[in-house]
Amino acid sequence: MELLSGGEMIARALKDEGVEFIFGYPGGAVLHIYDALERTSDIPHILVRHEQAATHAADGYARATGKVGVVLVTSGPGATNAITGIATAYMDSIPMVVLSGQVASHLIGEDAFQETDMLGISRPIVKHSFQVKCAQDIPATIKKAFYVARTGRPGPVVIDLPKDITQPGQKFAYDYSEEVKLRSYSPATRGHAGQIKKAIQLILEAKRPIIYAGGGVILGEASKQLTELAHRLNAPVTNTLMGLGCFPGHDKQYVGMLGMHGHYEANMAMHNADVILALGARFDDRVTNTPSKFCPYAKIIHVDIDPASISKIIAADVPIVGPVKAVLEDMLLQLDEAAQKKELQQDTQAIATWWQQIDQWREDHGIWHTPRYDLSSGKIKPQQVIDTLCKITHGDAYLCSDVGQHQMFAAQYYRFNQPRQWINSGGLGTMGFGLPAAMGVKLAYPDADVCTITGEGSIQMNIQELSTCTQYQLPIKIFNLNNGYLGMVKQWQDMQYESRYAQSVYKDSLPDFIKLAEAYGHVGMKIEKSADLEPAMREALAMKDRLVFLDIYVDRHEHVYPMQIAPNGSMQDMWLSKTERT
Amino acid sequence: MRHIISVLMENEPGALSRVIGLFSQRGYNIESLTVAPTEDKSLSRLTLTTIGSAREIEQITKHLNKLIEVVKLVDLTDGEHVERELMMVKVKASGAQRAEIKRCTDIFRGQIVDVSPSIYTIQLAGTSDKLDAFLQAVGDVSILEVVRTGVCGLSRGDKVLSV
Repeated sequence: MELLSGGEMIARALKDEGVEFIFGYPGGAVLHIYDALERTSDIPHILVRHEQAATHAADGYARATGKVGVVLVTSGPGATNAITGIATAYMDSIPMVVLSGQVASHLIGEDAFQETDMLGISRPIVKHSFQVKCAQDIPATIKKAFYVARTGRPGPVVIDLPKDITQPGQKFAYDYSEEVKLRSYSPATRGHAGQIKKAIQLILEAKRPIIYAGGGVILGEASKQLTELAHRLNAPVTNTLMGLGCFPGHDKQYVGMLGMHGHYEANMAMHNADVILALGARFDDRVTNTPSKFCPYAKIIHVDIDPASISKIIAADVPIVGPVKAVLEDMLLQLDEAAQKKELQQDTQAIATWWQQIDQWREDHGIWHTPRYDLSSGKIKPQQVIDTLCKITHGDAYLCSDVGQHQMFAAQYYRFNQPRQWINSGGLGTMGFGLPAAMGVKLAYPDADVCTITGEGSIQMNIQELSTCTQYQLPIKIFNLNNGYLGMVKQWQDMQYESRYAQSVYKDSLPDFIKLAEAYGHVGMKIEKSADLEPAMREALAMKDRLVFLDIYVDRHEHVYPMQIAPNGSMQDMWLSKTERT
Repeated sequence: MRHIISVLMENEPGALSRVIGLFSQRGYNIESLTVAPTEDKSLSRLTLTTIGSAREIEQITKHLNKLIEVVKLVDLTDGEHVERELMMVKVKASGAQRAEIKRCTDIFRGQIVDVSPSIYTIQLAGTSDKLDAFLQAVGDVSILEVVRTGVCGLSRGDKVLSV
């Protein structure tokens, strides 16, 4: 058997695991590992400019590909800088393995230079974590970490590596096993057949059904099955923010996103439904509004791989624990059987009436039926930017969003054709996510249109990554919806604090983004007039080999609508504009 | 309602901190906690008591089960079970008090495990209620120090929590 040092084992194990990219930043505690990678590995390493960006880039890569993102950081500040990115991945159940350096074993607990208790700090935001005690344990630990990260409900896993176990001097036999056994970890592989039968019965009896599909459908690769089921049942489908793309955005059965800034027709259909089929969604507080007023007429079928998500916020009438894909396949089979036996049939008349109602809602206030932004002032509207982008890219681009108004406009106006195109920090809401995430996506799919949708607030939280994009020639297109305010903060201040803009204004301190982009070697474009928008966007997207930073000056006072009324509102209580409400 | 949750988990460093972290992170409370290795050295058995609604307890058990190191768990209060807690109490025992405390200890089937001219150290095992009752019977004035292990327990009959 081959003899390798600890550092070499890490390099080899990552190779054996099929890792395509490592996102990281070197430092004292990981120098042995970096040297081993340099000497023995051909896995491309992407040197970021801040460890937070390494985690977001690995996260973006994981979201776009479904593979595990890999991060390598040093101890102390390297590890703590990675925390925000780990928490981001944790909240959205993204598979990630973070290798963090640690001071040498004999120094642990002595407040050594660049020592921090990484296991302790990361514990609440990881799916699991390991500290490797001796070099011989490295291969098995890495194997377990990847297995835990990608199976069941995915999530980030931290491996803490004391420096001494990675030293080049000592060599050990290397063996990378094919199988992992963890007696205490066995995620469900099928849903309970009896529960699925009950669910099918409920769905077929429904007069006003709706499918509420979340990020779990994307993580569980179940879009095809979802689409087939929805078409078979002629049921409307709404997506959560995390689920966008899991059902085709242009499908006539798609009623849009639900929740706080969801589409009017989606929220109305949810509120009035009699059966809700929740798939890989977790009834987040940004979805339900007031839980006690949530969907008063509905029986709820809840399918999720994580039993702890079921009946956490809203009690499920039919809980089904299992991978959403396997459950949907079983549902389709049972539908076939029911159709053959002709024992249970849908009330097609009731469903037709339900669609008439939904179409009426679409006509009344649907933003896809009638765009709810006014171009008469000549100012560029943020919604218009997204609408135009969707038109130019035919709904095929990867959109990596930051957090704020631009994120919600993107979620409302871009109609994704495929799962994994919409890359955003839904759960944690991490500003600064969009640019580094786009780096991970662009590395995975060099020929695709990869766009960062951001604002002048978010982009500055990780703007240093423009340098990384230069080093690795990542021709991302950055759409900076510049309104000179922290837009979402301002919107809330307008609505709840009588427009007192406490710390949401930068005065004249914003940089010249064009010069900034150019300083990093990229192309900058300033767009101020509505008429210039589409040509400029087309020009930018046509520059296939250049990063283009589009600084787009949008209407400074636009709000995101619909917006659910809270506190104490139900799904159907919404502001539709600054003056209209339901 | 009070629940006794008994957890079989990997006997590994960090496992306990994950269990405790889960409770503080999600705002659940721990009334008592006791943990030690089992006859299988690779496993620890942790018993904790907590108070919560049926829904909270369901969430607690689900989240505990999600921890990778947790192998199996049971809510003992779901069924028939036996539970015990061990307490040691150091009390002032001089003059007439000395005989009274000895009698009280006998009534509660406790044992005096250490004696000095003015002090008894008493050991008592039983349900938490019984230990509370003993402390009440002895009275605050006499008590110098109390230490309790927290509850441990097993299901009655042939139900077994094992790998």
